[in-house]
Amino acid sequence: MSDHTRSSAAQIAAALADGTTSVEVTQAHLDRIAATEPSINAFLHVDAEGALATAADVDRRREAGESLPALAGVPVAVKDLINTTGQPTTAGSRILEGWVPPYDATVVARLRAAGLPILGKTNLDEFAMGSSTEHSAYGDTRNPWDTDRIPGGSSGGSAAAVAAFEAPLALGTDTGGSIRQPGAMTGIVGVKPTYGGVSRYGVVAMASSLDQVGPMARTVEDAALLHEVIAGHDPLDSTSIDAPVPSVVEAARRGDVSGLRIGVIRELAGEGFQPGVQSRFDAAVEALAQAGAEIVEVSCPSFVHGIAAYYLVMPSEVSSNLARFDAMRYGLRVAPEGVDGPSAEQVMAASRDAGFGDEVKRRIVLGTYALSSGYYDAYYGSAQKVRTLIARDFSAAFEQVDVLLSPTAPTTAWRLGEKTSDPLAMYLEDICTIPANLAGLPGISVPIGLADDTGLPVGAQLLAPALADDRLYNAGAALERLVSMPVLQEVAR
Amino acid sequence: MSSAISREDVAHLASLARISLSEDELDRLGAELPAILDHVAAVQGVVESAGDDVEPMSHPVPISNVFREDVVRPGLTPEAALEGAPASEEQRFLVPQILGEE
Repeated sequence: MSDHTRSSAAQIAAALADGTTSVEVTQAHLDRIAATEPSINAFLHVDAEGALATAADVDRRREAGESLPALAGVPVAVKDLINTTGQPTTAGSRILEGWVPPYDATVVARLRAAGLPILGKTNLDEFAMGSSTEHSAYGDTRNPWDTDRIPGGSSGGSAAAVAAFEAPLALGTDTGGSIRQPGAMTGIVGVKPTYGGVSRYGVVAMASSLDQVGPMARTVEDAALLHEVIAGHDPLDSTSIDAPVPSVVEAARRGDVSGLRIGVIRELAGEGFQPGVQSRFDAAVEALAQAGAEIVEVSCPSFVHGIAAYYLVMPSEVSSNLARFDAMRYGLRVAPEGVDGPSAEQVMAASRDAGFGDEVKRRIVLGTYALSSGYYDAYYGSAQKVRTLIARDFSAAFEQVDVLLSPTAPTTAWRLGEKTSDPLAMYLEDICTIPANLAGLPGISVPIGLADDTGLPVGAQLLAPALADDRLYNAGAALERLVSMPVLQEVAR
Repeated sequence: MSSAISREDVAHLASLARISLSEDELDRLGAELPAILDHVAAVQGVVESAGDDVEPMSHPVPISNVFREDVVRPGLTPEAALEGAPASEEQRFLVPQILGEE
Protein backbone atom coordinates (compact mmCIF):
# COMPACT_ATOMS: atom_id res chain seq x y z
CA MET A 1 0.00 0.00 0.00
CA SER A 2 1.37 3.40 -0.96
CA ASP A 3 1.60 6.17 1.61
CA HIS A 4 -1.25 8.45 0.62
CA THR A 5 0.10 11.32 2.68
CA ARG A 6 3.11 11.55 0.34
CA SER A 7 0.90 11.78 -2.75
CA SER A 8 -0.14 14.98 -4.45
CA ALA A 9 -3.83 15.85 -4.62
CA ALA A 10 -3.79 15.00 -8.34
CA GLN A 11 -2.27 11.60 -7.57
CA ILE A 12 -4.84 10.98 -4.84
CA ALA A 13 -7.65 11.93 -7.23
CA ALA A 14 -6.30 9.45 -9.78
CA ALA A 15 -6.03 6.72 -7.13
CA LEU A 16 -9.61 7.38 -6.01
CA ALA A 17 -10.82 7.00 -9.59
CA ASP A 18 -8.89 3.74 -9.67
CA GLY A 19 -10.50 2.07 -6.66
CA THR A 20 -8.76 3.52 -3.59
CA THR A 21 -11.35 4.78 -1.09
CA SER A 22 -11.50 8.29 0.29
CA VAL A 23 -12.01 6.79 3.76
CA GLU A 24 -8.61 5.11 3.46
CA VAL A 25 -6.93 8.31 2.22
CA THR A 26 -8.63 10.49 4.83
CA GLN A 27 -7.76 8.08 7.64
CA ALA A 28 -4.12 8.05 6.51
CA HIS A 29 -4.03 11.83 6.87
CA LEU A 30 -5.76 11.73 10.27
CA ASP A 31 -3.14 9.20 11.43
CA ARG A 32 -0.40 11.44 10.11
CA ILE A 33 -1.92 14.39 11.97
CA ALA A 34 -2.03 12.40 15.22
CA ALA A 35 1.63 11.43 14.81
CA THR A 36 2.93 14.84 13.71
CA GLU A 37 0.94 17.39 15.69
CA PRO A 38 2.96 17.09 18.92
CA SER A 39 5.95 18.58 17.11
CA ILE A 40 4.15 20.94 14.64
CA ASN A 41 0.88 22.22 16.19
CA ALA A 42 -0.59 23.16 12.81
CA PHE A 43 -4.19 22.40 13.78
CA LEU A 44 -6.44 24.15 16.29
CA HIS A 45 -9.23 21.65 15.71
CA VAL A 46 -9.34 18.26 14.01
CA ASP A 47 -12.70 16.95 12.80
CA ALA A 48 -12.04 13.25 12.24
CA GLU A 49 -15.70 12.33 12.40
CA GLY A 50 -16.85 14.96 9.90
CA ALA A 51 -13.98 14.27 7.49
CA LEU A 52 -14.60 10.52 7.52
CA ALA A 53 -18.35 11.04 7.05
CA THR A 54 -17.71 13.14 3.94
CA ALA A 55 -15.20 10.56 2.71
CA ALA A 56 -17.67 7.71 3.19
CA ASP A 57 -20.36 9.65 1.38
CA VAL A 58 -18.05 10.30 -1.59
CA ASP A 59 -17.05 6.63 -1.66
CA ARG A 60 -20.72 5.62 -1.69
CA ARG A 61 -21.55 7.99 -4.53
CA ARG A 62 -18.56 6.87 -6.56
CA GLU A 63 -19.50 3.23 -5.99
CA ALA A 64 -22.98 4.07 -7.27
CA GLY A 65 -21.46 5.33 -10.51
CA GLU A 66 -22.11 9.02 -9.88
CA SER A 67 -19.92 11.45 -11.80
CA LEU A 68 -17.95 13.41 -9.18
CA PRO A 69 -15.94 16.65 -9.16
CA ALA A 70 -12.17 16.31 -9.76
CA LEU A 71 -11.14 16.61 -6.09
CA ALA A 72 -14.04 14.66 -4.55
CA GLY A 73 -12.62 12.60 -1.68
CA VAL A 74 -9.30 14.50 -1.46
CA PRO A 75 -8.90 15.88 2.08
CA VAL A 76 -8.25 19.55 2.80
CA ALA A 77 -7.38 21.72 5.82
CA VAL A 78 -8.96 25.14 6.36
CA LYS A 79 -7.42 28.18 8.03
CA ASP A 80 -9.29 28.96 11.23
CA LEU A 81 -10.24 32.41 9.93
CA ILE A 82 -12.84 30.85 7.63
CA ASN A 83 -16.33 30.04 8.91
CA THR A 84 -17.29 26.37 9.19
CA THR A 85 -20.57 25.14 10.61
CA GLY A 86 -20.06 22.22 12.96
CA GLN A 87 -16.47 23.23 13.78
CA PRO A 88 -15.20 26.14 15.88
CA THR A 89 -13.80 29.23 14.15
CA THR A 90 -11.53 31.12 16.53
CA ALA A 91 -9.48 33.37 14.22
CA GLY A 92 -6.64 32.43 16.60
CA SER A 93 -8.18 34.76 19.18
CA ARG A 94 -9.44 34.34 22.73
CA ILE A 95 -12.33 36.62 21.85
CA LEU A 96 -13.79 33.86 19.62
CA GLU A 97 -12.78 30.87 21.75
CA GLY A 98 -15.25 28.04 21.20
CA TRP A 99 -17.39 30.04 18.76
CA VAL A 100 -19.13 27.85 16.17
CA PRO A 101 -20.36 29.91 13.21
CA PRO A 102 -24.05 29.62 12.28
CA TYR A 103 -23.18 29.56 8.55
CA ASP A 104 -20.46 28.34 6.18
CA ALA A 105 -18.16 30.66 4.27
CA THR A 106 -18.84 30.43 0.53
CA VAL A 107 -15.43 28.81 -0.01
CA VAL A 108 -16.28 26.15 2.58
CA ALA A 109 -19.68 25.55 0.99
CA ARG A 110 -17.83 25.04 -2.30
CA LEU A 111 -15.41 22.56 -0.70
CA ARG A 112 -18.38 20.62 0.65
CA ALA A 113 -20.22 20.70 -2.68
CA ALA A 114 -17.06 19.40 -4.40
CA GLY A 115 -16.81 16.53 -1.87
CA LEU A 116 -13.54 17.42 -0.11
CA PRO A 117 -13.36 16.00 3.43
CA ILE A 118 -12.38 18.87 5.79
CA LEU A 119 -9.70 17.55 8.16
CA GLY A 120 -9.83 20.50 10.52
CA LYS A 121 -8.96 24.12 11.18
CA THR A 122 -5.42 25.42 11.09
CA ASN A 123 -3.52 27.81 13.33
CA LEU A 124 -2.82 31.44 12.41
CA ASP A 125 -1.65 34.73 13.81
CA GLU A 126 -4.60 36.20 15.69
CA PHE A 127 -7.05 37.61 13.12
CA ALA A 128 -4.32 36.94 10.52
CA MET A 129 -2.16 39.72 11.97
CA GLY A 130 1.44 38.59 11.79
CA SER A 131 4.12 36.98 9.67
CA SER A 132 5.14 34.11 11.93
CA THR A 133 2.04 32.48 13.53
CA GLU A 134 3.56 33.47 16.89
CA HIS A 135 0.62 35.82 17.54
CA SER A 136 -1.90 32.99 17.88
CA ALA A 137 -3.66 32.83 21.25
CA TYR A 138 -3.35 29.04 21.03
CA GLY A 139 0.40 28.53 20.79
CA ASP A 140 3.05 28.65 18.06
CA THR A 141 3.10 26.47 14.96
CA ARG A 142 6.52 25.03 14.11
CA ASN A 143 8.25 24.86 10.74
CA PRO A 144 8.50 21.19 9.63
CA TRP A 145 11.97 21.86 8.17
CA ASP A 146 13.25 22.99 11.59
CA THR A 147 10.90 22.98 14.56
CA ASP A 148 12.90 25.73 16.29
CA ARG A 149 11.77 28.05 13.53
CA ILE A 150 8.57 29.83 12.55
CA PRO A 151 6.49 28.55 9.61
CA GLY A 152 5.77 32.09 8.42
CA GLY A 153 2.35 33.62 8.72
CA SER A 154 -0.32 34.37 9.08
CA SER A 155 -1.43 31.13 7.35
CA GLY A 156 1.38 29.26 9.13
CA GLY A 157 -0.84 26.39 10.27
CA SER A 158 -2.06 25.68 6.74
CA ALA A 159 1.49 25.92 5.36
CA ALA A 160 2.97 23.64 8.04
CA ALA A 161 0.14 21.11 7.65
CA VAL A 162 0.75 20.80 3.91
CA ALA A 163 4.55 20.81 4.27
CA ALA A 164 4.43 18.10 6.98
CA PHE A 165 2.16 15.87 4.84
CA GLU A 166 -0.75 16.27 7.27
CA ALA A 167 -2.91 17.49 4.38
CA PRO A 168 -2.36 17.58 0.61
CA LEU A 169 -4.29 20.84 0.30
CA ALA A 170 -5.22 23.80 2.49
CA LEU A 171 -6.97 27.13 2.33
CA GLY A 172 -5.20 30.24 3.54
CA THR A 173 -5.89 33.94 3.43
CA ASP A 174 -3.53 36.63 2.19
CA THR A 175 -3.86 40.29 3.24
CA GLY A 176 -0.20 41.32 2.94
CA GLY A 177 1.48 38.04 2.01
CA SER A 178 -0.08 35.61 4.49
CA ILE A 179 -0.35 32.77 1.95
CA ARG A 180 2.77 33.40 -0.14
CA GLN A 181 5.25 34.08 2.69
CA PRO A 182 4.45 30.96 4.79
CA GLY A 183 4.41 29.03 1.49
CA ALA A 184 7.99 30.19 0.88
CA MET A 185 9.08 29.52 4.47
CA THR A 186 7.81 25.92 4.42
CA GLY A 187 8.73 25.01 0.85
CA ILE A 188 5.22 24.76 -0.59
CA VAL A 189 3.12 26.54 -3.23
CA GLY A 190 0.79 29.35 -2.15
CA VAL A 191 -1.45 31.51 -4.29
CA LYS A 192 -3.15 34.83 -3.63
CA PRO A 193 -5.77 35.09 -6.38
CA THR A 194 -6.86 38.36 -7.97
CA TYR A 195 -8.78 40.49 -5.46
CA GLY A 196 -12.46 39.63 -5.97
CA GLY A 197 -11.63 36.35 -7.68
CA VAL A 198 -12.55 34.28 -4.62
CA SER A 199 -15.46 35.09 -2.30
CA ARG A 200 -14.73 36.63 1.11
CA TYR A 201 -18.21 35.83 2.42
CA GLY A 202 -17.88 34.11 5.78
CA VAL A 203 -14.19 34.91 6.16
CA VAL A 204 -13.44 36.85 9.35
CA ALA A 205 -12.53 40.27 7.97
CA MET A 206 -9.14 41.80 8.71
CA ALA A 207 -8.63 44.48 6.03
CA SER A 208 -11.47 44.14 3.57
CA SER A 209 -9.89 45.93 0.61
CA LEU A 210 -6.85 43.61 0.82
CA ASP A 211 -8.03 40.19 2.12
CA GLN A 212 -8.19 37.29 -0.30
CA VAL A 213 -8.63 33.51 0.19
CA GLY A 214 -6.35 31.21 -1.79
CA PRO A 215 -5.01 27.67 -2.20
CA MET A 216 -1.90 26.11 -0.62
CA ALA A 217 -0.46 22.82 -1.88
CA ARG A 218 2.79 20.98 -2.57
CA THR A 219 2.51 21.31 -6.36
CA VAL A 220 1.41 24.08 -8.69
CA GLU A 221 -1.12 21.75 -10.34
CA ASP A 222 -2.68 20.88 -6.96
CA ALA A 223 -3.02 24.57 -6.11
CA ALA A 224 -4.73 25.12 -9.48
CA LEU A 225 -7.17 22.26 -8.86
CA LEU A 226 -8.16 23.79 -5.51
CA HIS A 227 -8.27 27.29 -7.03
CA GLU A 228 -10.93 26.17 -9.51
CA VAL A 229 -13.04 24.70 -6.69
CA ILE A 230 -13.18 27.94 -4.66
CA ALA A 231 -13.01 30.70 -7.31
CA GLY A 232 -15.84 32.43 -9.13
CA HIS A 233 -18.51 35.05 -8.62
CA ASP A 234 -20.48 35.05 -5.37
CA PRO A 235 -23.50 37.32 -5.05
CA LEU A 236 -23.00 37.25 -1.25
CA ASP A 237 -19.72 39.19 -1.59
CA SER A 238 -20.32 42.62 -3.14
CA THR A 239 -16.65 42.90 -4.14
CA SER A 240 -16.69 39.57 -5.95
CA ILE A 241 -15.85 39.97 -9.65
CA ASP A 242 -18.50 38.70 -12.06
CA ALA A 243 -16.13 37.28 -14.68
CA PRO A 244 -15.15 33.78 -15.81
CA VAL A 245 -12.50 32.03 -13.67
CA PRO A 246 -9.20 31.84 -15.60
CA SER A 247 -8.32 28.29 -16.76
CA VAL A 248 -5.66 27.80 -14.12
CA VAL A 249 -5.53 23.98 -14.19
CA GLU A 250 -4.91 23.99 -17.93
CA ALA A 251 -2.21 26.64 -17.41
CA ALA A 252 -0.55 24.61 -14.64
CA ARG A 253 -0.42 21.59 -16.94
CA ARG A 254 1.05 23.68 -19.77
CA GLY A 255 4.00 25.17 -17.85
CA ASP A 256 5.68 26.71 -20.88
CA VAL A 257 7.73 29.91 -20.57
CA SER A 258 9.25 29.99 -24.05
CA GLY A 259 8.79 33.52 -25.33
CA LEU A 260 7.22 34.65 -22.05
CA ARG A 261 8.43 38.09 -20.95
CA ILE A 262 9.37 37.93 -17.26
CA GLY A 263 10.21 41.14 -15.41
CA VAL A 264 12.62 40.95 -12.50
CA ILE A 265 11.80 43.74 -10.05
CA ARG A 266 14.95 45.78 -9.48
CA GLU A 267 13.81 47.23 -6.14
CA LEU A 268 13.20 43.81 -4.54
CA ALA A 269 16.83 42.72 -4.25
CA GLY A 270 20.07 43.78 -2.64
CA GLU A 271 20.26 45.28 0.82
CA GLY A 272 18.21 43.37 3.39
CA PHE A 273 18.00 40.27 1.21
CA GLN A 274 19.73 37.21 2.64
CA PRO A 275 22.59 36.04 0.37
CA GLY A 276 21.26 32.45 0.35
CA VAL A 277 17.86 33.71 -0.84
CA GLN A 278 19.38 35.95 -3.49
CA SER A 279 21.61 33.22 -4.95
CA ARG A 280 18.74 30.72 -5.21
CA PHE A 281 16.64 33.42 -6.82
CA ASP A 282 19.37 34.31 -9.33
CA ALA A 283 19.69 30.62 -10.24
CA ALA A 284 15.93 30.39 -10.82
CA VAL A 285 16.02 33.44 -13.10
CA GLU A 286 18.87 31.85 -15.05
CA ALA A 287 16.91 28.58 -15.38
CA LEU A 288 13.90 30.45 -16.74
CA ALA A 289 16.11 32.22 -19.27
CA GLN A 290 17.59 28.88 -20.32
CA ALA A 291 14.05 27.57 -20.83
CA GLY A 292 13.34 30.34 -23.32
CA ALA A 293 11.82 33.10 -21.19
CA GLU A 294 12.77 36.65 -22.04
CA ILE A 295 14.14 38.15 -18.81
CA VAL A 296 13.74 41.92 -18.48
CA GLU A 297 14.77 44.05 -15.51
CA VAL A 298 11.95 46.39 -14.57
CA SER A 299 11.77 49.22 -12.08
CA CYS A 300 8.83 49.72 -9.71
CA PRO A 301 10.10 52.68 -7.68
CA SER A 302 7.03 53.02 -5.44
CA PHE A 303 7.20 49.44 -4.15
CA VAL A 304 9.67 50.48 -1.44
CA HIS A 305 6.89 52.61 0.06
CA GLY A 306 4.47 49.68 0.12
CA ILE A 307 5.08 48.76 3.75
CA ALA A 308 4.46 52.31 4.96
CA ALA A 309 1.20 52.53 2.98
CA TYR A 310 0.12 49.04 4.02
CA TYR A 311 0.72 49.65 7.73
CA LEU A 312 -1.67 52.60 7.50
CA VAL A 313 -4.38 51.20 5.22
CA MET A 314 -4.51 47.82 6.93
CA PRO A 315 -4.73 49.00 10.59
CA SER A 316 -7.33 51.58 9.55
CA GLU A 317 -9.53 48.86 8.10
CA VAL A 318 -8.71 46.61 11.06
CA SER A 319 -9.83 49.22 13.59
CA SER A 320 -13.14 49.47 11.77
CA ASN A 321 -13.68 45.75 11.07
CA LEU A 322 -12.84 44.59 14.59
CA ALA A 323 -15.37 47.00 16.11
CA ARG A 324 -17.86 44.15 15.59
CA PHE A 325 -16.30 42.26 18.50
CA ASP A 326 -18.36 44.12 21.06
CA ALA A 327 -19.19 41.29 23.52
CA MET A 328 -22.88 41.73 22.80
CA ARG A 329 -23.96 39.29 20.07
CA TYR A 330 -21.23 36.63 20.04
CA GLY A 331 -17.77 36.03 21.37
CA LEU A 332 -16.19 36.64 24.75
CA ARG A 333 -17.96 38.78 27.35
CA VAL A 334 -16.21 39.61 30.62
CA ALA A 335 -17.33 41.93 33.39
CA PRO A 336 -14.91 44.69 34.37
CA GLU A 337 -13.36 44.13 37.78
CA GLY A 338 -14.68 46.11 40.71
CA VAL A 339 -17.57 47.73 38.85
CA ASP A 340 -21.08 47.26 40.14
CA GLY A 341 -23.69 46.97 37.35
CA PRO A 342 -21.28 47.86 34.54
CA SER A 343 -22.51 49.68 31.44
CA ALA A 344 -22.39 48.09 27.99
CA GLU A 345 -19.44 50.32 27.16
CA GLN A 346 -17.47 49.16 30.22
CA VAL A 347 -18.20 45.53 29.38
CA MET A 348 -17.06 46.11 25.78
CA ALA A 349 -13.78 47.69 26.87
CA ALA A 350 -13.05 44.97 29.42
CA SER A 351 -13.95 42.17 27.00
CA ARG A 352 -11.85 43.60 24.20
CA ASP A 353 -8.88 44.02 26.54
CA ALA A 354 -9.20 40.42 27.74
CA GLY A 355 -10.01 38.94 24.33
CA PHE A 356 -7.50 40.63 22.00
CA GLY A 357 -3.76 39.95 21.98
CA ASP A 358 -0.95 42.51 21.83
CA GLU A 359 -0.57 42.69 18.04
CA VAL A 360 -4.32 43.14 17.51
CA LYS A 361 -4.46 45.95 20.08
CA ARG A 362 -1.41 47.58 18.52
CA ARG A 363 -3.06 47.64 15.09
CA ILE A 364 -6.46 48.79 16.35
CA VAL A 365 -4.86 51.73 18.19
CA LEU A 366 -2.64 52.55 15.19
CA GLY A 367 -5.65 52.45 12.86
CA THR A 368 -7.75 54.55 15.21
CA TYR A 369 -4.97 57.14 15.16
CA ALA A 370 -4.60 57.08 11.35
CA LEU A 371 -8.33 57.64 10.91
CA SER A 372 -8.74 60.27 13.59
CA SER A 373 -9.78 63.81 12.79
CA GLY A 374 -6.76 65.98 12.02
CA TYR A 375 -4.57 63.03 11.00
CA TYR A 376 -6.82 61.35 8.45
CA ASP A 377 -5.50 63.21 5.39
CA ALA A 378 -1.88 63.03 6.46
CA TYR A 379 -1.90 59.31 7.20
CA TYR A 380 -4.80 57.35 5.71
CA GLY A 381 -5.30 59.76 2.80
CA SER A 382 -1.60 59.78 1.88
CA ALA A 383 -1.43 55.99 2.13
CA GLN A 384 -4.33 55.71 -0.33
CA LYS A 385 -2.42 57.87 -2.78
CA VAL A 386 0.70 55.73 -2.43
CA ARG A 387 -1.56 52.81 -3.25
CA THR A 388 -2.35 54.54 -6.55
CA LEU A 389 1.38 55.05 -7.23
CA ILE A 390 2.02 51.34 -6.67
CA ALA A 391 -0.85 50.39 -9.00
CA ARG A 392 0.69 52.73 -11.62
CA ASP A 393 4.06 50.99 -11.27
CA PHE A 394 2.35 47.68 -11.95
CA SER A 395 0.52 49.07 -15.00
CA ALA A 396 3.75 50.43 -16.46
CA ALA A 397 5.59 47.17 -15.78
CA PHE A 398 2.88 45.05 -17.42
CA GLU A 399 3.21 47.11 -20.58
CA GLN A 400 6.71 45.64 -20.89
CA VAL A 401 6.31 42.13 -19.48
CA ASP A 402 3.75 39.33 -18.99
CA VAL A 403 4.61 38.49 -15.38
CA LEU A 404 6.81 39.95 -12.65
CA LEU A 405 9.28 37.96 -10.53
CA SER A 406 10.94 38.53 -7.15
CA PRO A 407 11.90 36.56 -4.07
CA THR A 408 8.76 35.91 -1.96
CA ALA A 409 10.49 37.02 1.24
CA PRO A 410 13.87 38.63 1.92
CA THR A 411 14.94 35.87 4.33
CA THR A 412 14.35 32.22 5.12
CA ALA A 413 12.41 31.23 8.27
CA TRP A 414 13.71 32.84 11.43
CA ARG A 415 13.88 31.38 14.94
CA LEU A 416 10.85 31.51 17.21
CA GLY A 417 10.96 34.67 19.28
CA GLU A 418 13.62 36.32 17.13
CA LYS A 419 11.43 39.22 15.95
CA THR A 420 8.52 39.30 18.41
CA SER A 421 10.04 42.11 20.49
CA ASP A 422 10.40 44.42 17.49
CA PRO A 423 7.09 44.82 15.61
CA LEU A 424 8.66 47.02 12.93
CA ALA A 425 11.31 44.41 12.09
CA MET A 426 8.53 41.86 11.60
CA TYR A 427 6.58 44.28 9.37
CA LEU A 428 9.61 44.78 7.10
CA GLU A 429 9.54 41.07 6.21
CA ASP A 430 6.44 41.77 4.07
CA ILE A 431 8.21 44.05 1.58
CA CYS A 432 7.91 41.72 -1.44
CA THR A 433 4.33 40.56 -1.00
CA ILE A 434 2.47 43.74 -0.01
CA PRO A 435 2.39 45.56 -3.40
CA ALA A 436 0.13 42.89 -4.95
CA ASN A 437 -2.40 43.25 -2.11
CA LEU A 438 -2.44 47.02 -2.36
CA ALA A 439 -3.10 46.81 -6.11
CA GLY A 440 -5.43 43.78 -5.92
CA LEU A 441 -3.29 41.63 -8.22
CA PRO A 442 -2.68 37.88 -8.13
CA GLY A 443 0.57 36.31 -6.91
CA ILE A 444 2.04 32.85 -6.45
CA SER A 445 4.98 31.62 -4.39
CA VAL A 446 6.82 28.60 -5.76
CA PRO A 447 9.58 26.79 -3.81
CA ILE A 448 12.91 27.11 -5.63
CA GLY A 449 15.25 25.14 -3.38
CA LEU A 450 17.09 25.47 -0.09
CA ALA A 451 19.28 28.45 0.78
CA ASP A 452 22.99 27.62 0.88
CA ASP A 453 23.52 29.62 4.06
CA THR A 454 20.64 28.29 6.21
CA GLY A 455 19.53 25.09 4.49
CA LEU A 456 15.93 26.31 4.61
CA PRO A 457 13.33 26.68 1.82
CA VAL A 458 13.33 29.71 -0.48
CA GLY A 459 10.34 30.84 -2.52
CA ALA A 460 10.06 32.88 -5.71
CA GLN A 461 7.04 35.06 -6.27
CA LEU A 462 5.36 35.63 -9.63
CA LEU A 463 2.85 38.47 -10.07
CA ALA A 464 0.38 39.05 -12.91
CA PRO A 465 -2.25 41.59 -13.96
CA ALA A 466 -5.75 41.33 -12.44
CA LEU A 467 -7.67 38.28 -13.66
CA ALA A 468 -4.56 36.83 -15.33
CA ASP A 469 -4.09 34.24 -12.57
CA ASP A 470 -3.53 31.62 -15.29
CA ARG A 471 -0.20 33.29 -16.19
CA LEU A 472 1.02 32.61 -12.65
CA TYR A 473 0.16 28.93 -12.87
CA ASN A 474 1.76 28.58 -16.30
CA ALA A 475 5.02 30.27 -15.30
CA GLY A 476 4.90 28.74 -11.80
CA ALA A 477 4.61 25.21 -13.18
CA ALA A 478 7.57 25.83 -15.49
CA LEU A 479 9.63 27.18 -12.60
CA GLU A 480 8.67 24.20 -10.44
CA ARG A 481 10.00 21.85 -13.12
CA LEU A 482 13.21 23.82 -13.71
CA VAL A 483 14.47 24.06 -10.12
CA SER A 484 15.46 21.27 -7.79
CA MET A 485 13.51 21.46 -4.56
CA PRO A 486 14.37 18.61 -2.17
CA VAL A 487 11.51 16.63 -0.63
CA LEU A 488 11.20 16.89 3.15
CA GLN A 489 12.06 13.43 4.44
CA GLU A 490 10.80 13.75 7.99
CA VAL A 491 9.89 16.57 10.34
CA ALA A 492 13.20 17.99 11.56
CA ARG A 493 13.46 18.45 15.31
CA MET B 1 5.15 66.13 10.08
CA SER B 2 6.47 64.68 13.29
CA SER B 3 4.64 61.75 14.71
CA ALA B 4 4.77 62.66 18.35
CA ILE B 5 2.32 60.46 20.18
CA SER B 6 2.27 60.44 23.94
CA ARG B 7 1.20 57.84 26.46
CA GLU B 8 -1.90 60.01 27.07
CA ASP B 9 -2.68 59.96 23.35
CA VAL B 10 -2.51 56.16 23.39
CA ALA B 11 -4.86 56.03 26.37
CA HIS B 12 -7.32 58.30 24.56
CA LEU B 13 -7.15 56.24 21.35
CA ALA B 14 -7.68 53.04 23.30
CA SER B 15 -10.75 54.50 24.97
CA LEU B 16 -12.12 55.54 21.55
CA ALA B 17 -11.51 51.97 20.38
CA ARG B 18 -13.21 50.61 23.54
CA ILE B 19 -10.20 48.70 24.86
CA SER B 20 -9.37 49.17 28.53
CA LEU B 21 -5.59 48.83 28.31
CA SER B 22 -3.59 48.12 31.46
CA GLU B 23 -0.85 50.47 32.66
CA ASP B 24 1.79 48.06 31.32
CA GLU B 25 0.11 47.96 27.92
CA LEU B 26 -0.04 51.74 27.79
CA ASP B 27 3.68 51.92 28.59
CA ARG B 28 4.52 49.42 25.87
CA LEU B 29 2.31 50.93 23.15
CA GLY B 30 3.43 54.41 24.11
CA ALA B 31 6.99 53.28 23.41
CA GLU B 32 6.26 51.27 20.24
CA LEU B 33 3.86 53.48 18.31
CA PRO B 34 6.20 56.45 17.73
CA ALA B 35 8.73 54.18 15.94
CA ILE B 36 6.01 52.67 13.77
CA LEU B 37 4.50 56.07 13.01
CA ASP B 38 7.91 57.49 12.09
CA HIS B 39 8.22 54.73 9.52
CA VAL B 40 4.73 54.98 8.01
CA ALA B 41 4.81 58.80 7.99
CA ALA B 42 7.10 58.46 4.95
CA VAL B 43 3.95 58.27 2.82
CA GLN B 44 3.48 62.02 3.30
CA GLY B 45 6.79 62.89 1.65
CA VAL B 46 6.14 60.41 -1.15
CA VAL B 47 2.81 61.99 -1.94
CA GLU B 48 4.19 65.52 -1.81
CA SER B 49 6.87 64.73 -4.35
CA ALA B 50 4.45 62.82 -6.61
CA GLY B 51 2.47 65.88 -7.72
CA ASP B 52 -1.20 66.75 -7.73
CA ASP B 53 -2.69 64.19 -10.10
CA VAL B 54 -2.62 61.24 -7.69
CA GLU B 55 -6.13 60.10 -6.80
CA PRO B 56 -6.57 58.19 -3.55
CA MET B 57 -7.29 54.49 -4.06
CA SER B 58 -9.64 53.00 -1.50
CA HIS B 59 -10.20 49.71 -3.23
CA PRO B 60 -8.66 47.59 -6.01
CA VAL B 61 -11.92 46.83 -7.82
CA PRO B 62 -13.68 49.78 -9.47
CA ILE B 63 -17.22 48.60 -8.73
CA SER B 64 -19.93 50.40 -6.82
CA ASN B 65 -23.54 50.04 -5.78
CA VAL B 66 -23.89 46.28 -6.00
CA PHE B 67 -27.54 45.59 -5.29
CA ARG B 68 -29.64 42.45 -5.30
CA GLU B 69 -33.33 42.13 -6.02
CA ASP B 70 -35.42 42.95 -2.97
CA VAL B 71 -36.87 39.49 -2.53
CA VAL B 72 -37.35 37.26 0.49
CA ARG B 73 -34.63 34.64 0.84
CA PRO B 74 -33.66 32.17 3.53
CA GLY B 75 -31.80 33.55 6.54
CA LEU B 76 -30.73 32.42 9.98
CA THR B 77 -33.36 31.21 12.42
CA PRO B 78 -33.56 33.16 15.70
CA GLU B 79 -32.08 30.12 17.46
CA ALA B 80 -29.08 29.98 15.12
CA ALA B 81 -28.54 33.74 15.34
CA LEU B 82 -28.57 33.65 19.15
CA GLU B 83 -26.53 30.48 19.51
CA GLY B 84 -23.23 32.29 20.02
CA ALA B 85 -24.63 35.10 22.16
CA PRO B 86 -23.06 35.58 25.61
CA ALA B 87 -26.61 36.01 26.95
CA SER B 88 -30.08 36.01 25.42
CA GLU B 89 -33.68 36.24 26.53
CA GLU B 90 -37.00 35.93 24.68
CA GLN B 91 -35.29 35.65 21.27
CA ARG B 92 -33.26 38.76 21.91
CA PHE B 93 -29.62 39.54 22.71
CA LEU B 94 -29.39 40.33 26.41
CA VAL B 95 -26.92 43.19 26.90
CA PRO B 96 -25.75 45.32 29.80
CA GLN B 97 -27.38 48.67 30.41
CA ILE B 98 -26.84 51.09 27.50
CA LEU B 99 -28.72 54.23 28.61
CA GLY B 100 -28.42 55.95 32.00
CA GLU B 101 -30.93 55.51 34.81
CA GLU B 102 -34.15 57.59 34.77
